[in-house]
Amino acid sequence: MEKIIELRNVNKFFTIGGGFFNPKKTLKVLENLNLSIRRGEILCLVGESGCGKTTTGKLIAGLIRPTSGEILFYGKDIWKMDKSEFKNYRRSVQIVHQDPYSSLNPVKTIYDTLSAPLLKHHIVSSNGQCEEKISELLEIVGLTPVEDFIYKYPHQLSGGQRQRVVIARALTLNPELIVADEAVSMLDVSIRLSIIRLLLSLKENFNMTFLFITHDLAMAKYFGWNGRIAVMYLGRIVEMGPTPKVLENPLHPYTKALLLAVPEADPEITRNKKVMELKSLDLPSLLNLPPGCRFSNRCPYMEPGKCDRIEPNLYEVEKEHYVACELYGRGV
Amino acid sequence: MESILKIEDLYIDYRVRRGLVKAVRGVSLEVYKGETLAIIGESGSGKTTLGLSIIKLLPSSARISQGKIWYQADGKKYEVVSLDGGKLRKFRWKEIAMVFQSALNAFNPVIRIWDHIVDTIDSHDVKITKEELRTKVLELLRLVQLDPDRVLRSYPHELSGGMRQRVLIALALLLDPNIIILDEPTTALDILSQRSIIELLKKIKKELNLTIILISHDLSLAAELADRVAVMYAGSLVEVGSVYDIFYRPLHPYTLGLIKAVPTVSTSFRELISIPGSPPDLIDLPPGCKFHPRCEYKKEECLREEPKLIGVFPNHYVACYRWEKIKDGKNN
Repeated sequence: MEKIIELRNVNKFFTIGGGFFNPKKTLKVLENLNLSIRRGEILCLVGESGCGKTTTGKLIAGLIRPTSGEILFYGKDIWKMDKSEFKNYRRSVQIVHQDPYSSLNPVKTIYDTLSAPLLKHHIVSSNGQCEEKISELLEIVGLTPVEDFIYKYPHQLSGGQRQRVVIARALTLNPELIVADEAVSMLDVSIRLSIIRLLLSLKENFNMTFLFITHDLAMAKYFGWNGRIAVMYLGRIVEMGPTPKVLENPLHPYTKALLLAVPEADPEITRNKKVMELKSLDLPSLLNLPPGCRFSNRCPYMEPGKCDRIEPNLYEVEKEHYVACELYGRGV
Repeated sequence: MESILKIEDLYIDYRVRRGLVKAVRGVSLEVYKGETLAIIGESGSGKTTLGLSIIKLLPSSARISQGKIWYQADGKKYEVVSLDGGKLRKFRWKEIAMVFQSALNAFNPVIRIWDHIVDTIDSHDVKITKEELRTKVLELLRLVQLDPDRVLRSYPHELSGGMRQRVLIALALLLDPNIIILDEPTTALDILSQRSIIELLKKIKKELNLTIILISHDLSLAAELADRVAVMYAGSLVEVGSVYDIFYRPLHPYTLGLIKAVPTVSTSFRELISIPGSPPDLIDLPPGCKFHPRCEYKKEECLREEPKLIGVFPNHYVACYRWEKIKDGKNN
């Protein structure tokens, strides 16, 4: 399948400090990231806070520039595009943020929010057409009857309805890829699923591609069952592959630890889980990473002399299933 | 089983510009000594208000219009709703302690953890010398698996979310309370920190013979920790029972809906079913059963009068006219 986005050796560093008493330090948020998203697929990016998953999403949406490396959109480096190409790329990749309470302008009605991009990008030419297009979008996201919603303000809507407006806004420019950054994490259990369903219907009806960023493994499993999943830890991808393979046969000790640690909504199952004992409870700081594999200081399978020396690369252990762990090194 | 806390027909409302928000409506609930009771519900279900009322810490806009809360332990008996002044101050923390939502905001950002502890002790008129306090704090920090030397000298921002949550739990235990109320103790935390808090709560419950009231929207947390579960919807309890009854033999359509809407990681992939609609407006509640607009089991009687919470099996209570249909899995 055609690659819609490809990241090649992408690094993203931030400089912090720099005051008189505070020497400059480089925070290596993403290191040597290689990743591609194919047309029409769902790629889930999971990991704990601070692992760089949101930064990856922002890089793919073109909101920030990488420190080095290339981000290709249909094979073309987005930061070397001319103006019209870049505009086209920007239209094709849209982002849905976590918090539907702060991502909508409180003084604008839904009509205003949705008409602005339509008019700005000349997708519609008259106000009549604009209203037609907005009705169509609201119907797609399930805010019906349309007349009840179109002139409402965000505060008159519930969290789930607001997130539907945000999704409608992302759809105004007919994008090909939607970056959904924790798009359902703030919503209540009973609402969450209906938004996930909505996103899945977009994939089915419009062949939409998704980068689904989440810390919730169960949600990633449900949403991305037919897609792929990438597990990130401290700025690196540690495991990547088809979702069923990674979740049912996890290879990296970190993925295993996560899966065993997740509490489940089933008392028998959750109480019988054998939790993996990690050597340290706390995540090391990005400024003070352990040598070698960055999970080595917490990993119960750590082999001294190997894991604390070599920073592992992603090995393809079985077809399409990659893991960055020396235990599965070249010998396997 | 010995009862330690008994809530009798409690009504709480908030006065806002639009009218009265009926946050808690007619809740009666008993908490037994040494158990872990989970109160689960979505945002706006009244679970936090109920939790705050147990230590009479409601905001000034709230009013308890009816009801009593009895607390009885170690030969002492209090009625919480009528407590005030010095008596109330002695009751809070010493008898019942609460760990609030969002560990990040619970600390003063400009003072060290040790000073925070001393300040808290001072403002509660606790008679304890600095040495005694220090010994007790060191013992508790070790119990929650923190390094006391490092933590006490740190400012809040130097600790991770999980560490801060552990400090708060230690602080709540300082005056040896009989009950500890935890409001969303793991919500903002990462998977591995969540797991460490869960294991910690299991440990302290066993070692200190505590009674725990857990307030959460997270079904999996209840599945993991609770002995009994109380499900709240629109200010009322709709179902109360043992954790196994609630998860494997739910009798209320809302409970059933929640369980079917939550994905799991370890079990094989299954389709989920969402609950249609959204929770009601607490100012303008529907007549009859508050869940009927979203309920597929509803009949005429459900629209007329709100069902009461009744015991239908030993220790299993439900507020639904149609529970027998749900038990049999039939809808007619």
